[in-house]
Amino acid sequence: MTTATTTANPLAGAAGAGKPFTLIRHSAALAKRSLLKTMRTPEALIDVTLQPVIFLLLFTYVFGGAIAGSQSAYLRYLLPGILAQTIAMSATAIGVNMNTDISKGVFDRFRSLPIARSAPLVGAVLADFVRYALVAVITLGVGYAMGFRIATDPLRAGAGLLVAATFALALSWVSVFIGMLARTPGAVQGFMFLLVLPLSFGSSTFVQANTLPGWLQAFVNVNPITHLAGLSRSLFLGGPVAGHFFWTAGWIIGLTAVFMPLALRAYGRKV
Amino acid sequence: MTTYAIEAEGLQKSFGETKALAGVDLFAKPGTVHAVLGPNGAGKTTSVRILATLIRADAGSARIGGYDVVKQAERVRATIGLTGQYASVDEDLTGLENMELIGRLLDLSKRDARARAAELLEWFDLTEAAKRPAKTYSGGMRRRLDLAASLVGRPSVIFLDEPTTGLDPAKREDMWGVVRQLVGEGSTVLLTTQYLEEADALADEVTVIDRGRVIAHDTPLGLKRVVGGQTLTVQPADPARLADAAALLQQVSGSKAESPRQGVVAVPVKDDSALTETVARLHAAGIGVHELSLHLPSLDEVFFTLVGRRAGDDKPAGGGAHADPDDGEGSGNGDGDRNASASAPLTV
Repeated sequence: MTTATTTANPLAGAAGAGKPFTLIRHSAALAKRSLLKTMRTPEALIDVTLQPVIFLLLFTYVFGGAIAGSQSAYLRYLLPGILAQTIAMSATAIGVNMNTDISKGVFDRFRSLPIARSAPLVGAVLADFVRYALVAVITLGVGYAMGFRIATDPLRAGAGLLVAATFALALSWVSVFIGMLARTPGAVQGFMFLLVLPLSFGSSTFVQANTLPGWLQAFVNVNPITHLAGLSRSLFLGGPVAGHFFWTAGWIIGLTAVFMPLALRAYGRKV
Repeated sequence: MTTYAIEAEGLQKSFGETKALAGVDLFAKPGTVHAVLGPNGAGKTTSVRILATLIRADAGSARIGGYDVVKQAERVRATIGLTGQYASVDEDLTGLENMELIGRLLDLSKRDARARAAELLEWFDLTEAAKRPAKTYSGGMRRRLDLAASLVGRPSVIFLDEPTTGLDPAKREDMWGVVRQLVGEGSTVLLTTQYLEEADALADEVTVIDRGRVIAHDTPLGLKRVVGGQTLTVQPADPARLADAAALLQQVSGSKAESPRQGVVAVPVKDDSALTETVARLHAAGIGVHELSLHLPSLDEVFFTLVGRRAGDDKPAGGGAHADPDDGEGSGNGDGDRNASASAPLTV
């Protein structure tokens, strides 16, 4: 009963919140918390686990023959795109999660502790990278069972995953920005869905752009997901890389340049 | 050097058009309990959020343990513990996980974080529930976990947000015991409350705020002198003896007995001896009682005395039914919360 002393200890946590190692340790602790939450509410993972699997199965076996002539040919076309797109789009959850923390007062708990202001944000991003790895393992595993094989080499395939993760990071800024502005987690979710839906289906992930009407091709050809999927395809299966790479890099730089300052400013106001 | 653990001067804060704080001063000496008494919307939470570095005041200044809440926010955060609506635990995490996370964020080693968590969970009687998600906790358990979470870093200044609202009398006593222990070990506690009883039981000093302004600052004793002493209430077991009981109370107190509600008589009394005398006389007269209690004026009555109107009410002396969230629709008249839960600890 009396063992829990509460006398002032000025050293408790006061030490160097500015040091990078401290930031990494705090962020890792917060990332672990985020992953624990994910494990406890597995339904929150559906978009990054079940969804790519269902898309793979559905599109390959239902539409594959009609779209590409054979299921195996379509799987080759589809899988790298689905993989890149799912990783990219799973970044939208970060804003929802942060908004939930703010509305529940959990964020205030973190803010009342002597940790770097950026630690909750960095922690959320770190946890997301673990989720991206999960997407990659699940999608490639299911794909492998369905007959998909990487035609290049592990290095280039790994580079494909890395680009997708980098694009996801850029898109995270959009999500964080919306997450800081919106009143409820549901509103963030709704807005991000509106953003994600046309980007994913108005791309070359599922069908080749030249099968589409001209006006839609115009959109598909500038859509970052088209180029991300194209780049992923080239890195997994071989083919020209440069064009898709420059488009994707341009989008990553553009999104980051516009939304990182906006998101950090909105975040700073909340922190 | 400052002699105060908490000092705030001229705090002002507006949210859009709404003026939440219009110049609030707060001072608390180290190792004391300071109660901030006020109805919902008075500015209690806004004041604490400024003191805890969660929001910035538009004007005024505040220091915690001598550290400026704006310029030395980091130091302030290493000094304070926050509970309740100011800072929540994560409902998806277990009690233990929540405590360990905070320990890790306070730079404890994994082992130390676990040990500190176990120690506090045991102190708050949560060891058995330690591995359950916090969302499965009862209201009282959740309150204890919130408090335990705020103590991981051994803060010297602790902010408690209405620590006993919604708790039953036994749990309230437990919580009061915890607060007394914290202060006994040298911490300074600032608690917000809607109950004068609670302020009286715990606080060394009380600041009463209303609509963003301090309307009184005093010791509980001084405050009671201003707002009047205690009320002695008797409910005879036999309603037919009500008049006898009223006459008896009048003799004891020298004031005319009133009937705040059906079957009950009450008189203001000046000191505690009135209670024993009343018990003796009731016994002698053979009047059995259902209820016999001595309690302080409610927040509503405090406000009525201090500012001439009901708490949170814009009109002078109206019905203040919305002032107290526990005071629901049923009370109707202004005396409804005389018998609110806060009077329980003094009930005989």
